[in-house]
Amino acid sequence: MSTGTQTEVVMPQMGVSVSEGTITKWLKQVGETIGRDEPLLEISTDKVDTEVPSPAEGVVTQILAQEGETVEVGTVIALIGPEGAQPAQPAPQDAPTPEPTPAEQPRAEQTPAEQPPAEQPPVAQAPPAQAPPEPAHAAAQAAPSAAGNGKTFVSPVVARIASEHGIDPASVPGTGTGGRVTKKDILAFIDSGAATAPAPAAAPEPMPAPAAAPPPPPPAPEPEAAPATAVAPPPAAEPAAPRPPAAETVAPPQPAAPPPPPDAAPPPAPAPAPAVPAERAAEPVAGEMFEPMTAMRRGIAEHMRRSLDTSAHVTSAIEIDMSRVVELRKKLKPEYERTHGVNVTYLSFIARAAVETLKDYPWINGEIRADQIVTRSYVNLGFAVELADGKGLIVPVLRNAETLNLLGIAKGVTDIAQRARDKKLLPDEVQGGTFTITNPGGYGTIHGTPVISQPQAAILGTYAVVKRPWVVQDEMGQDVIAIRPIMNLTLTYDHRLVDGALAGRFLRDLRKRLQTWDESAY
Amino acid sequence: MSERTYLQAISDALREEMRRDQRVFVLGEDVGVYGGAFKVTLGFQEEFGPWRVMDTPLSETAIVGGATGAALMGLRPVAEMQFADFISCAWDHLVTVAAKQHFRGGTAVPIVVRLPSGGGFSGGPFHSQNPESSFAHIPGLKVVCPSTPPDAKGLLASAIADPNPVLYFEHKHLYRRIKAEVPDERYTIPFGEARVHREGDDVLVVTWGAMVHTAAEAAEELAKEGVEVEVLDLRTLIPWDKERVLEDVRRCSKVLVLHEDTRTGGFGAEIAATIAEEAFEHLDAPVKRIAAPDTPVPFSPPLEKAFIPQVEGVAAGLRELAEY
Repeated sequence: MSTGTQTEVVMPQMGVSVSEGTITKWLKQVGETIGRDEPLLEISTDKVDTEVPSPAEGVVTQILAQEGETVEVGTVIALIGPEGAQPAQPAPQDAPTPEPTPAEQPRAEQTPAEQPPAEQPPVAQAPPAQAPPEPAHAAAQAAPSAAGNGKTFVSPVVARIASEHGIDPASVPGTGTGGRVTKKDILAFIDSGAATAPAPAAAPEPMPAPAAAPPPPPPAPEPEAAPATAVAPPPAAEPAAPRPPAAETVAPPQPAAPPPPPDAAPPPAPAPAPAVPAERAAEPVAGEMFEPMTAMRRGIAEHMRRSLDTSAHVTSAIEIDMSRVVELRKKLKPEYERTHGVNVTYLSFIARAAVETLKDYPWINGEIRADQIVTRSYVNLGFAVELADGKGLIVPVLRNAETLNLLGIAKGVTDIAQRARDKKLLPDEVQGGTFTITNPGGYGTIHGTPVISQPQAAILGTYAVVKRPWVVQDEMGQDVIAIRPIMNLTLTYDHRLVDGALAGRFLRDLRKRLQTWDESAY
Repeated sequence: MSERTYLQAISDALREEMRRDQRVFVLGEDVGVYGGAFKVTLGFQEEFGPWRVMDTPLSETAIVGGATGAALMGLRPVAEMQFADFISCAWDHLVTVAAKQHFRGGTAVPIVVRLPSGGGFSGGPFHSQNPESSFAHIPGLKVVCPSTPPDAKGLLASAIADPNPVLYFEHKHLYRRIKAEVPDERYTIPFGEARVHREGDDVLVVTWGAMVHTAAEAAEELAKEGVEVEVLDLRTLIPWDKERVLEDVRRCSKVLVLHEDTRTGGFGAEIAATIAEEAFEHLDAPVKRIAAPDTPVPFSPPLEKAFIPQVEGVAAGLRELAEY
């Protein structure tokens, strides 16, 4: 196996409940050098969109999952080789490999470069930064026939000829730059008759963690055509690649060697279409257009449906005279901006007041877990954030909001909202919320019935501040009509746990705080 | 057959076409009494008279505009730009009128514009350019770039016979330097047929114009090292012999695209892109381009030498491909 000195990059676990991720973009291509922790790709899961940093320094030698592909967590999606390594060849098949036991793949003792176990997400590992190039060479030499050319680029024409003749390019002596196999080399190899005795080793070596992940497709540049039936279809990168002549090579996408566990997902499709859980829709009729669902959209869809199926949603609304908040904000905004660089929004005031109010209403900050009611001594406040492209929603969580004053909340909200839009959130930052605030009022709406973020008990909706004729009492106790900035707030709650009266009292108390609190209270 | 220079071959072709076809006439600056700046039309006015060998004012606009009008009225004008560089003054007539007339009105504009082009003799920025790629980009124009005396003759005859506007780029540096046996009788060379200037199957050079000779010299260098380079002379850029290029790419698998025009947006880019699109699986090395850098042509001889691709540079590029 040529991965002796290669570091595997696997689809990271982006939260406990996340089982798969979609590759949205490769930031480095095969052959490019990369530093440790430098962003390698962008992924999208149903929890979060994020960049995945490289677990090692070196060269991207193989990309095993294409953009748009959805793969299970733990699937190897790329290989990073030491500096000087080149795009990898398929493993030489004609040499019996020492022990293809998947359990003990690392064989770290062979090389100075420490090979971390594949089961660990690579983000957590740190192989020595500067792996010397020799180990790759040494590893290549471990397979007798691959000596000297196991680490160079296979040109398109060589890949094609290799494929047509069922030759592993790694088994051809190379005379090009850095030992590269040139067209002449492979033609001479064929002429010499060496290619007529192809390797019997049909099945590729089991991947290090066959139980966790289906074996990846072969490396993009060279469609492997050894008589092995256990070869994945040509990768999508080469749609025009002529099929190898032998019929059996147009073969099952699933390698025969390691049978997948019964519950394993199907192997990653070579086509860049994300796997859609439901059956595929029929072709669009005239005038319709299809676009694939992103992992995030599928996640939202699933969550929304599940939430409505779980909680008994009820919404209560209350009107708040925001005069005091407006005044306070007018005063604090320039100050906060000048001294802290933070834009203090109405949302920050409401969040601060809501957190304070939740202390008196633990069930609204609670959860039904099986037959228990969970209450907490803390508030992890989720904020629904619309992504910049309008095509998604994410709920980053401000942890321990009960410890934050207005400035802290404003800072936290600004930070997580920005990182949500930049796709820089960490998995933990979208989990563990206990209460959520959503602000659909940005576009002027004055009422809504948000859906609860499971497994929480309630979600607070904030709406547009609108100037309205408002009945107030003058200093003589007479009713007069004044112009006041009014905001509607809604609390959508799970009626299984929260009764209407409780919700009403919560809203009443929240209103009182917003209408009466002065600067010192925030 | 007789040995003729590149310039004589052009002159012969023009004279022959004028003798056999009354509709053919030449117009341009100093083409008459003076015989042309490079003497291509020397003696023409004596033979054909001032109405078929017209000296024009110093106005490329008037020359191409007049030629276009004459062509629309049924004549076969051959206009000369004193230097190809000056054709920019005639851009509008050429590109807006002549190139599009057939599409707009269905009427042919059978004009030939002769364009003495190219550098190599310290002509500086106004007298050395190779603007062929600008016109290759204009649908409706044909672009011819002969490199040898026989091609110069046969392609000019074809250009005059062609019903479309044809830009005939004649490389000044080849005028008196390149000699070859040229058939005495009239013949034509069809457009869109590349010519193998030198055979080989290790590396392919796709080029045209004066660079054909540079490539051939470089190929000789490589031959000493045991590398056989094929030099393919496109001869015409519009149309260009894509099939032949792809065929040779499939055979050689390593390609150098070479031109004297500047690099960015040069016609070599079109060729390289086509190879990448249509012969990707036959490539054994990245397609390489050698071209002039993206600056005006320098006046100073050492700088000009650094600007125009030279034999040593081309040989180095070929070596790099051979070793890849």
